[in-house]
Amino acid sequence: MHPAKSIIAFTSLSGLGFGLMVLIGLGLPQVMGWPALVFGLLAVGLAGIGLLASLLHLGNPQRFLKAFTQWRTSWLSREAVFSMFTMMLFALHIGLLFFGIRLIFLGYLASALAVATIVCTAMIYAQLRTIPRWNTWLTPVLFLAFAITGGALVTAQIYLGLAGSALVLVVQIAHWARGRRALERSGSTAGTATALGGLGTVRMLESPHTARNYVTSEMVNHLDAARAKRLKIVVITLLVAQCLMLALLPITHAVVAGTILLHLAGVLVSRWLFFAESEHVVGLYYKG
Amino acid sequence: MTTLPQHTEKKLGLVIDLDTCVGCHACVISCKEWNTSQYGAPLSDQNPYGGDNGGTFLNRVHSYEITKENMASQVVHFPRSCLHCEDAPCVTVCPTGASYKRVEDGIVLVNEPDCIGCGLCAWACPYGAREMDADAGVMKKCTLCVDRIYNENIPEIDRIPSCVRTCPAGARHFGDFADPQSNVSLLSDKRNGVELMPELGTAPVNRYLPPRPRDQIDILAPLLDTEPAQPGGLLGWVDRMLERL
Repeated sequence: MHPAKSIIAFTSLSGLGFGLMVLIGLGLPQVMGWPALVFGLLAVGLAGIGLLASLLHLGNPQRFLKAFTQWRTSWLSREAVFSMFTMMLFALHIGLLFFGIRLIFLGYLASALAVATIVCTAMIYAQLRTIPRWNTWLTPVLFLAFAITGGALVTAQIYLGLAGSALVLVVQIAHWARGRRALERSGSTAGTATALGGLGTVRMLESPHTARNYVTSEMVNHLDAARAKRLKIVVITLLVAQCLMLALLPITHAVVAGTILLHLAGVLVSRWLFFAESEHVVGLYYKG
Repeated sequence: MTTLPQHTEKKLGLVIDLDTCVGCHACVISCKEWNTSQYGAPLSDQNPYGGDNGGTFLNRVHSYEITKENMASQVVHFPRSCLHCEDAPCVTVCPTGASYKRVEDGIVLVNEPDCIGCGLCAWACPYGAREMDADAGVMKKCTLCVDRIYNENIPEIDRIPSCVRTCPAGARHFGDFADPQSNVSLLSDKRNGVELMPELGTAPVNRYLPPRPRDQIDILAPLLDTEPAQPGGLLGWVDRMLERL
């Protein structure tokens, strides 16, 4: 899949923003007044920038309001609806906190909605049977783990951040390990794609087009395996460094800021790989 | 609405005969010509005379080589376009309701004024049947020439999809799969028409007819003596003597 910058920015930043909302909603930390407003603006800002970035990727962004209508079947529409509900409720919660009123259940509700939003974002990808690497429950778990860990780091919840970073590391490695043979196990081959498999080994002799086309540039990308491996080592290194910093170093603002930077870098590289490494079954039609 | 209909009155679709297709790409050109000037946004081209060119097409023809041990390899031309799936994943993922499957005839269409161009339907389609138009920013796909098949302003003979009308080899057939006695149902039954990637559960309507087995020349081989026996007797002796010269 083509790793579009706008989608990587969208999933990473909105993930962090909604992860922050989960934490604040749960009262971790219990903030009031100005600190609550600062955290609130940060969370809504990150989520908002992410959602705006996702608009950049649309062919006709001016029609985005229509995307709120098909929540019955579409995870993308659900994501839009949940993100708006979450941001509105969370803004209300922050507003009340600013004036010193803590409605615990309102916070919990905002947290639950933020979790639902992150799951919807992940399900946009995890629902696709055409991309076997994504088509697993590990995808929403990975997105959730990244988002909530990010939230925990921004709110300096050290133990939660440490546990979250370790969980991200485990789930990320599991996601990669499962992904390695996902296409093979999906049962789709050039033979089933063309229904010619019964006659022998199928390979493309001549492409239908000599130039690029939407399908090939969007979905038939080949990431060099060696490069993918190097980037995976980068993500693992970042996550391990993040865990070690949280576990071993004295907790100062600089250390926490460092872990947040490591986390952001880790999310971006991981998300780039998530797209660039994934094979779409339509690639089977182009297999030479 | 992106909820798929439980039942469609007709199941219009194509039968594509891989035994007959000669890979001339006439269907591709005919499709582009009809659909760039009719329903919805035109099928644009980018840098058509420049270096890095590209463009939107609703139909693409691959050529495959099939190899099997101890067999001569076989080339099969393979037109690829929307299969108008009964359980179309491209429809249910659409966030705006622009993609829909028609209850009356099962055609999967895009209502372009509703399309935001997010591209998720193209990701959900296993067959690469949807292409986003780079100029209009909306998703384009095969309409089964919905603006021809019911069009009373054109001669009756033309009221079939453009690709079917133009195919010089007669490799494309259009009809209603819901009717077991229709041309396409009978043809598909007789020639063991197959679905593409049935494992993905999309229940495509279009059927592909596999290439028929090639003539087996080997059956006659023992009867065809290509190496003449050495002549005996006087003629043979003359022959051998002449060879020594």
